[in-house]
Amino acid sequence: MLKIENLHAAVDGKPILKGLSLEIAPGEVHAIMGPNGSGKSTLSYVLAGREGYEVTEGSATFAGQDLLAMEPEERAVLGVFLAFQAPVELPGVGNANFLRTALNALRRAKGEAELDAMQFLKLARTRMKTLGMTDEMLKRSVNVGFSGGEKKRNEMLQMSMLQPRLALLDETDSGLDIDALKLVADAVNALRGPDFSALVITHYQRLLTHIVPDRVHVLAGGVIVRSGGPELAQELEASGYAGVQDGTPSKRSFDGSPVAA
Amino acid sequence: MPAVTETIETVQAVTEGGYKWGFETDIEMEFAPKGLNEDIVRFISKKKNEPAWLLEWRLKAFAMWQKMEEPRWAAVTYSPIDYQDSHYYAAPKAGPKSLDEVDPELLKTYAKLGIPLKEQAILAGVEGAGESPSDSGRMPIAVDAVFDSVSVATTFKHRLEKDGIIFCSISEAVQEHPELVRQYLGSVVPQGDNYFAALNSAVFTDGSFVYIPRGVRCPMELSTYFRINAKSTGQFERTLIIADAGSHVSYLEGCTAPMRDENQLHAAVVELVAMDDATIKYSTVQNWYPGDAEGRGGIYNFVTKRGACRGARSKISWTQVETGSAITWKYPSCILQGDDSVGEFYSVAITNNRQQADTGTKMFHIGRNTRSTIVSKGISAGRGQNTYRGLVKISPKAHGARNFTQCDSLLIGDQCGAHTVPYIENRCMSAKVEHEATTSRIAEDQLFYCRQRGLPEEEAVGMIVNGFAREVLKELPMEFAVEAQKLLQISLEGSVG
Ligand SMILES: Nc1ncnc2c1ncn2[C@@H]1O[C@H](COP(=O)(O)OP(=O)(O)O)[C@@H](O)[C@H]1O
Ligand SMILES: [Mg+2]
Repeated sequence: MLKIENLHAAVDGKPILKGLSLEIAPGEVHAIMGPNGSGKSTLSYVLAGREGYEVTEGSATFAGQDLLAMEPEERAVLGVFLAFQAPVELPGVGNANFLRTALNALRRAKGEAELDAMQFLKLARTRMKTLGMTDEMLKRSVNVGFSGGEKKRNEMLQMSMLQPRLALLDETDSGLDIDALKLVADAVNALRGPDFSALVITHYQRLLTHIVPDRVHVLAGGVIVRSGGPELAQELEASGYAGVQDGTPSKRSFDGSPVAA
Repeated sequence: MPAVTETIETVQAVTEGGYKWGFETDIEMEFAPKGLNEDIVRFISKKKNEPAWLLEWRLKAFAMWQKMEEPRWAAVTYSPIDYQDSHYYAAPKAGPKSLDEVDPELLKTYAKLGIPLKEQAILAGVEGAGESPSDSGRMPIAVDAVFDSVSVATTFKHRLEKDGIIFCSISEAVQEHPELVRQYLGSVVPQGDNYFAALNSAVFTDGSFVYIPRGVRCPMELSTYFRINAKSTGQFERTLIIADAGSHVSYLEGCTAPMRDENQLHAAVVELVAMDDATIKYSTVQNWYPGDAEGRGGIYNFVTKRGACRGARSKISWTQVETGSAITWKYPSCILQGDDSVGEFYSVAITNNRQQADTGTKMFHIGRNTRSTIVSKGISAGRGQNTYRGLVKISPKAHGARNFTQCDSLLIGDQCGAHTVPYIENRCMSAKVEHEATTSRIAEDQLFYCRQRGLPEEEAVGMIVNGFAREVLKELPMEFAVEAQKLLQISLEGSVG
């Protein structure tokens, strides 16, 4: 399970997370909502171990292991997967090659046999079909020239191939049409089980009608200001984040921008 | 098994850092005395039982060399070379006449180099051995192996002879095909072309010779493995490839050397001649010992490579992956004489630790509608210095000539350097020359993305670098591309973290 206690983190010396605590039990999916700039991506980067995201206080453990002491690739081996808000382009690196290298790096680290090109291709094709992706996507450079929707699907393809135990989805639904959104939800739901946890960062309640979360949290000003069941998401969508701000309620729409009075 | 498969396995088998080809083979050698003078030139010529005209040719080159000055314009620095403190001839004593006579140490060397051991019998020159296609079902690759000063064996010769193709060591060609050698030797790179070419012309010891007859498409990749083994020796190989009208050949050279504290000189000359409608594809995977992390030892790779597109519609394509050597000074060039002839230069050069590379190409547009493409990818890490130096020269009569040049530099760390020095001399109004250049660093978000997916940092760097170099790597014969990718990653070990 994921256990975050009193987490403080700074970027460029500027405090962003200010004492965040959160527990996700095995088999649970939690959602995080909150205005822009509240620290949602920062949280996902801190958990995944990105350079420059400095933890100043607190702890984060997964499956009993101290996440914060591990290299990013060690966290990946442990089962942490981050679906990036803005997936990164790797010019000249073939998508299939990247995916297979990643899959085999994880398998190697776990002492499992690596997949050869044929085994890999077979698996990838099955997964791509369910995500509505074509073979052609395997030949292109990783995320280069992909549309926004294609990038997000590609993240989901990676997730479904790498079979994480903890998936962090950072606004994977943003910019997706309803069909693509359903495919993303299907990919997450397919992984749900007693040994899988997820943290789904989103602005929109509509994703959460397809991935029904066990808990919903509101992140504002670097701390969790409110938690509840799935109904909290609906409430937020209706009323915005007004009233849930970190002690200083101000009128903001759900994307964080001030609402004209 | 083709050379490349074993080579890949050799590379794959190794897991720890450092140069993997640094082993030394302890076999009985015959040396010329140290030093360089007319007598040494005569000694080499005599050893090789050369005709008088070739000795004269060498002596003329030596006389020219003595009057020349070592070039200093390249962006590389090194202490002066003592040309008298080196052997100019070193050969294994045990001649590879039959399998029994082959020194087992030599065979071990080739095993380590990844030269197909299944073809040991061929390497040893046993008649008729290995002439059937290899059982892996892949296209066989004919190999010529040059160990210090001599070519020790050439595989698949008889198969090639059926098509009239000559693939042998240049020493053998001097004996068997003197008229061809005499006609073409020095016709692209004359003896006095430059300091190192003059030195090579005087003392070259071996190298490969290829002749593809009219209209013949060479049925397999030809390749040569060069190995410097002996201490205090230079290697001066000379390669000559002639593609007659309408023929086609793809040739690849690979090279390695032991790890030593001393610097060893490698001054090769490669000449290519393409007649009407002929195509020569020349690929290099250069992996000479680069020296240690502090810059001790390593090969000085001072090489002259030039191809002449003599015929109309002929094409010469250079692809190089330069990962080794302490210093690389090398400008594979094309003289585009024939109308509509095409020159290409695809290069990846890596400098890590204290390595220095000054490399590029020259494209001489002489014929009408000649076209050239230059794609250079320089990767600098550690304290490496990487310079692209190129010349595109278009003569007044080269109407409709076109050149496209792209130079990209990738920097890893903040103590390395990348430099781009493109010269353009365009004396023809109707010609078109385009140049693009970029310099970039491996982005933090790219590294993080790869590592988040489980790639260890060095593997992540290797992946990004290979992506950066892909346009060039895809020009390599397919099997070698895999080998080259692994080399790029190995060469960058220790450059991150
Ligand atoms: N690399 C960075 N450098 C400086 N400030 C940053 C950086 N990344 C995030 N921030 C700041 O941290 C705060 C939280 O950002 P982020 O975690 O991206 O929020 P969210 O994902 O909730 O929109 C914002 O004020 C943002 O400007
Ligand atoms: Mg964000």
